[in-house]
Amino acid sequence: MTASPGAMHPAPPVPQPPGATGPSGRFRAARWDWVSTLGTGATGLATVLIIAILGVILGNIIVNGVQFVSWHFITTGTASDMFDVNKAGILPMIVGTSARVILMTIFVLPAGVLTAIYLTEYARTTSKFTRVIRGAVNNLAGVPSIVFGLFGAGFFVRFVGRGMDAALYPGKGVTVWGQPALLWASATLAVMTLPVVIVATEESLRAIPQGLREASLALGATKLETIRKIVLPQAVPGIMTGAILAISRAAGEVAPILFTGAAYFMADLPRSLHDQFMDLGYHVFILSTQSPNVDKTRPLLYATVFVLLALTFALNVVAVFIRANLRKKARQNH
Amino acid sequence: MTDVKVPKITVSAPATAGPLRTSPTLLEVVELSLFYGATQALKNISLEIGEKVVTAFIGPSGCGKSTLLRCFNRMNDLIDNVRIEGQVLIADQDINSPEVDVIELRKRVGMVFQKSNPFPKSIYENVSYGLRLQGVSGRTELDGRIEESLKQAALWDEVKDRLHTSGLGLSGGQQQRLCIARAIAIKPEIILMDEPASALDPLATARIEELILELKKDYTIVIVTHNMQQAARISDFTAFFYLGQLIEFGATAKIFTHPAKKQTEDYVTGRFG
Repeated sequence: MTASPGAMHPAPPVPQPPGATGPSGRFRAARWDWVSTLGTGATGLATVLIIAILGVILGNIIVNGVQFVSWHFITTGTASDMFDVNKAGILPMIVGTSARVILMTIFVLPAGVLTAIYLTEYARTTSKFTRVIRGAVNNLAGVPSIVFGLFGAGFFVRFVGRGMDAALYPGKGVTVWGQPALLWASATLAVMTLPVVIVATEESLRAIPQGLREASLALGATKLETIRKIVLPQAVPGIMTGAILAISRAAGEVAPILFTGAAYFMADLPRSLHDQFMDLGYHVFILSTQSPNVDKTRPLLYATVFVLLALTFALNVVAVFIRANLRKKARQNH
Repeated sequence: MTDVKVPKITVSAPATAGPLRTSPTLLEVVELSLFYGATQALKNISLEIGEKVVTAFIGPSGCGKSTLLRCFNRMNDLIDNVRIEGQVLIADQDINSPEVDVIELRKRVGMVFQKSNPFPKSIYENVSYGLRLQGVSGRTELDGRIEESLKQAALWDEVKDRLHTSGLGLSGGQQQRLCIARAIAIKPEIILMDEPASALDPLATARIEELILELKKDYTIVIVTHNMQQAARISDFTAFFYLGQLIEFGATAKIFTHPAKKQTEDYVTGRFG
């Protein structure tokens, strides 16, 4: 390619790649590629904006909240004065939120993983039935969380809970399970986070080469043996990623537990699955709407939000740690 | 002989070489047709494969040779909408009949795939996988069988000091020999090989070929290959497929020197395919 004067441009010459010089021995100077520059700028700006917003939120909470987090704050209840930063504590909410998230994880993982295994390993991909299930899973992900709350109240509390009471204590008319409880709140959250776990597990199952399944089957393994010994061990990190996403989503949710288990105030910590519980997210809502003295409550609000964020982070760290451990174990087994 | 680009394939009854049998028939295909939905991939194929010989399936891509191979251990069961007519008999038993346990079948008919697919486990665990499925769990027995299989697969000397490292750490050729060791560990009668050397360099290919000739003493081998020199070097019998039909089947020497059909001659001499 010859350098034609018309193509010259006053922009500074770019560094020339070695080797491929034209007959004239010189490259034509590059035009200023404004589309690329614009693209780089726009995407970079968007990234900076996201980081800035996150920084402002976290910074605000940390700066205003961390100073009020004391040992007393996280180890006492709210019995003396719920809205006074010098007296109130949030131990019951930490316990309640942790309990409902852990229980939810226990419920959602088996259900989600088994569904994903069915969809990827057993169901015919072309069948109408499979497509309907996939569509249902995707739609479940789009349902507003308050709807899950109402569903939980109607299905778990009233239908399952009262049904259990009628079956366990016939004729006595007592209410043990047929009321909002830790169990029902956790179950409702599990239903809400099911799509997250299913999709993450499905993705990790599909990433496993078909050749590995075929190799196992060709050696006389049954489908179940192949799934258990070859497919699932490979999918564990992906499943844990699903669990982490589910935990992150569920820890801060309030709407699904409003009618299914969260209490405004409880003197004691929950002692069984059919007890109600206090919750960090719900408590933030209470503090910001029910306080008789807004200025006095504000530091408490900041501190509570800080603890909620820290707890969500901590639960995530635990899940990430378990995942890393499983990965390491899987590698050592090789 | 001038029409090179568009070979006219007129198919009559396949020229199976009946009198050439040198060993008793182990595997017999009787008028087998296979359909993927409405598409017919195999058309009325009949052939017999003897015991402890190497049979090569050759033919251009899409001719059905791999599909036929996968009929022998019913790997096509994994694909939706596959329909089979006709019979595949192993030791006179129809392997598609309802009373045949496909798990048992696959223990007797091993397979080595085109793309080497060791499990992401140790070399030891790879070879012991099939044995453990059969309930072999004693350490000494496992150790013995694993050593034996790796030796048979000509891999032992290279891996004996690293049995507990990942099978994925091996070179491509070593991985494929590991897959062969894994397949022969459970002592199948027949080993199916689907282009086992197509992804390997010439040296690794030569090692696999040597190995196949060695394994022939104990096993019946059916190999799909795109490489005609390979078929000529290692097989006793060769079947040539084209467009889902068996064009010609006979002793390898005859197929490559005096083929009965013009299409076979065109293919083995490199005029098309």
